[in-house]
Amino acid sequence: MGADHAHHKETFITKYIFSQDHKMIAKQYLITGLIMGIIGIAMSLLFRLQLAWPERSFGIFEVLLGKWAPDGVMDPNVYLALVTIHGTLMVFFVLTAGLSGTFSNLLIPLQIGARDMASGLLNMISYWLFFLSSVIMIASLFVESGPAAAGWTIYPPLSALPQAQPGSGLGMTLWLVSMAIFIASSLLGSLNYIVTVINLRTKGMSMTRLPLTIWAFFVTAIIGVVSFPVLLSAALLLIMDRGFGTSFFLSDIFIQGEVLHYQGGSPVLYEHLFWFLGHPEVYIVLLPALGITSEVLATNARKPIFGYRAMVASILAIAFLSTIVWGHHMFISGMNPFLGSVFTFTTLLIAIPSAVKAFNYITTLWKGNLQLNPGMLFSIGLVSTFISGGLTGIILGDSTLDINVHDTYFVVAHFHLVMGISALYGLFAGVYHWFPKMFGRMLNKNLGYVHFWVTAVCAYGVFFPMHFIGMAGLPRRYYSNTAFPYFDDLADINVVITIFALIAGAAQLVFLYNFIHSIFYGKKAVQNPWRSNTLEWTTPVEHIHGNWPGKIPDVHRWAYDYSKPGQEEDFVPQSVPLAEGEEELQH
Amino acid sequence: MTAVILFAILVLVGVAIWQITKIFELSQLRETKDDSQVANDKDNNWNGQLMFVFLVFIYFITIYSFWKWGDVLLPEAASEHGQEVDRLMWISFALIFFVQTITQALLHYFSYQYRGRKDQKALFYADNDKLEFIWTIIPVITLAGLIMYGLFTWTSIMNIEENDEALVVELYAQQFNWKARYAGADRVLGDANVRFLQDFDGLNLVGIDASDPNGLDDVIVQELHLPKGREVIFKMRSQDVLHSAYMPHFRAQMNCVPGMITEFAFTPSMTTEEMRQTADMTAKVNKINKIRFENSKTLIANGEEALDPYQFDFLLLCNKICGASHYNMQMKIVVEEEKDFNNWLAQQTTFAQTIQQ
Repeated sequence: MGADHAHHKETFITKYIFSQDHKMIAKQYLITGLIMGIIGIAMSLLFRLQLAWPERSFGIFEVLLGKWAPDGVMDPNVYLALVTIHGTLMVFFVLTAGLSGTFSNLLIPLQIGARDMASGLLNMISYWLFFLSSVIMIASLFVESGPAAAGWTIYPPLSALPQAQPGSGLGMTLWLVSMAIFIASSLLGSLNYIVTVINLRTKGMSMTRLPLTIWAFFVTAIIGVVSFPVLLSAALLLIMDRGFGTSFFLSDIFIQGEVLHYQGGSPVLYEHLFWFLGHPEVYIVLLPALGITSEVLATNARKPIFGYRAMVASILAIAFLSTIVWGHHMFISGMNPFLGSVFTFTTLLIAIPSAVKAFNYITTLWKGNLQLNPGMLFSIGLVSTFISGGLTGIILGDSTLDINVHDTYFVVAHFHLVMGISALYGLFAGVYHWFPKMFGRMLNKNLGYVHFWVTAVCAYGVFFPMHFIGMAGLPRRYYSNTAFPYFDDLADINVVITIFALIAGAAQLVFLYNFIHSIFYGKKAVQNPWRSNTLEWTTPVEHIHGNWPGKIPDVHRWAYDYSKPGQEEDFVPQSVPLAEGEEELQH
Repeated sequence: MTAVILFAILVLVGVAIWQITKIFELSQLRETKDDSQVANDKDNNWNGQLMFVFLVFIYFITIYSFWKWGDVLLPEAASEHGQEVDRLMWISFALIFFVQTITQALLHYFSYQYRGRKDQKALFYADNDKLEFIWTIIPVITLAGLIMYGLFTWTSIMNIEENDEALVVELYAQQFNWKARYAGADRVLGDANVRFLQDFDGLNLVGIDASDPNGLDDVIVQELHLPKGREVIFKMRSQDVLHSAYMPHFRAQMNCVPGMITEFAFTPSMTTEEMRQTADMTAKVNKINKIRFENSKTLIANGEEALDPYQFDFLLLCNKICGASHYNMQMKIVVEEEKDFNNWLAQQTTFAQTIQQ
């Protein structure tokens, strides 16, 4: 298939826009994801300003929010909309499509030794559906009644009834349509990843020789295929309730002086359907980041990843457990308390494979020869926030303790550290590490260092104090806490958090500058700048269709022969045959 | 004004970072020939050292936060099961801090200690089944303990048995306020449904079915009163969207779901007055009043009214996003001695009295 492509001449449109080449599609995903990320982060800075200086007038609100900020004071409805769209963009558009879409597309064919994805056409359609859903989501920001504002979980009846709030009008319809298209895109992508990994591995690339990145992308795709359709069904049922008078999620409602006709439905059913995707989604976001970390950490530590088998086993264990823990978001939803016990049990079990991963990462660093490139720093940072954020999961996953911290800022702190910041670090680690492969140039390392250190300090500066606000009992999604004098003493913490958030936001501009500048003017990359073992570094720097000019290299060893005794160099690429008398490590 | 200044400072800090990195970049070009953009020994060295500094930073921010903001945490639980919850909370926290301190130390210390040097080679160390076993089995045992403890407590909290001693109270949620309904002398709440809300010209605030005799002596109020030392069984309802009845001081929370009745129960162990007298609460209220006094100064300067001094009261907050005024959906809770509670309840208007008016 690759050979056919080499013949016809490429036009601008087939090369840059409707491209079927996985490397170009990866770049398209990355750039779209980054644009959505800029919007999502900017929104968080806006509502952080409101939280630190509640009901204060800001010129920037008037400029950006227009009629939603009369005299520069943010309206409560738009606060909820900002929170909702921030969550949606970051979770789905940046950390699912932007992270998984970019690196699964780039690395799966390159690291397993394939000319392209199993279906280039499906891959292209997948990206363009993602693009379409992004456009619809952004368009929803500009409708008359405002964008969706029911929280990113859009629980009905709030999300189902346009009478309940302005943000449940046309904005919500567009949100649902956008997400339905997004899910279709994600499913097409995932199926492609699964088929490619199973069928297109080069000679010698057995499953036990796969780099951990590929294991992570492969398992992530499986979780996606299992759980995303359930969210699609929830979205479709919600569309039915909104538009066609059905009562899947609604019953006994009186609103705006009127008794509605809905009978017999249950919002709790929606919560089950939503979280059946919603929780695996956490791992859809996190596993690719962990996969990237495994690869970047081992390469830069010049050491094999510690416990390859245990790492694969823990990915599989996390994937399996992730599909049976969704109820821990619903301990106090009114579901049977016995189910709470079951979900507490399964939830805390997931700490075990997570702990194994963390310990293995730490041991990988031990007695290494750490090359502290920016990508490596972000990987170490990921392990740090993964531990800090993961540990508080022990409290939230315990139904007894969840009663009092549920839906408080404690939860916000927890999931931002363990999945938000960690996955973002994974994304950055991937960009710094594979930028040479994507664009043929290097990112500037000093800007990378500034980016990392400012971000790392600010990430803890933002989310560590947030645990205290939560433990003080302040609910999340509050437009301000001025209605409660009891919370007056939290005001200075909120100011500290916002200042750190603004500095963190500024630090991302450094990255953005580095990214754009380096695409055009970065130092030209050599073929294998990080002296890495995996196959993508055996391809030429200039992208070509089919990836390798000649035959695809055979694979003779696992991906982690770093600093192997008896070897001259501290790395031995997978394509290098075993020397006479050399034994492959039994892993 | 301070906000504007702070914002300006932040912008300037952002610009400063940008400029410093530019200078960095330019000076780098001049001074060395190594522009491969791959970390060299110098980079490894200073970033490794910063890793160690970062470890100190993590410890610092932890200790500083506790020192500076330890007093904002919820005070001691005002319900019987709440003390059990708090004990489990502190055990979990102790464990978390222990693990956090050790793992962050190892992670950052290794990053510092093994920072790369040209003349150094990493140890080829790929596997150790014994180690893997150890750090699988330790979490298994620890978590098994926590799970058992947690489940035992959870079951005892959530296993609500109807009994004659308990007080039954309905919490009724709507955009954006709370109401409470007491069962009256017959100790049975009358049937209710949103269909009845428009009866009696809107006086039927929670939709009681007037044909059910059990409902006639029900009492509907806007301020929740609870007797100390007696079990209270809450029945939650909502008329429009999801709400959540969150009573942080009692370690109690349950969602209010349209179309179904949810339950939670606890026994208040402290009256409002007793809570006000505790040392922690006195200190907290003083601090809050100092803040309010300072804020009032600016308000007065702008020709507005000063803030009222604050006095502690237990709170019921809405903790499930429910619309624009979600952030101000609250009800005051008063816990008092049984005698005072009974006096208060006797003075309230019953449903029968309301609809006869």
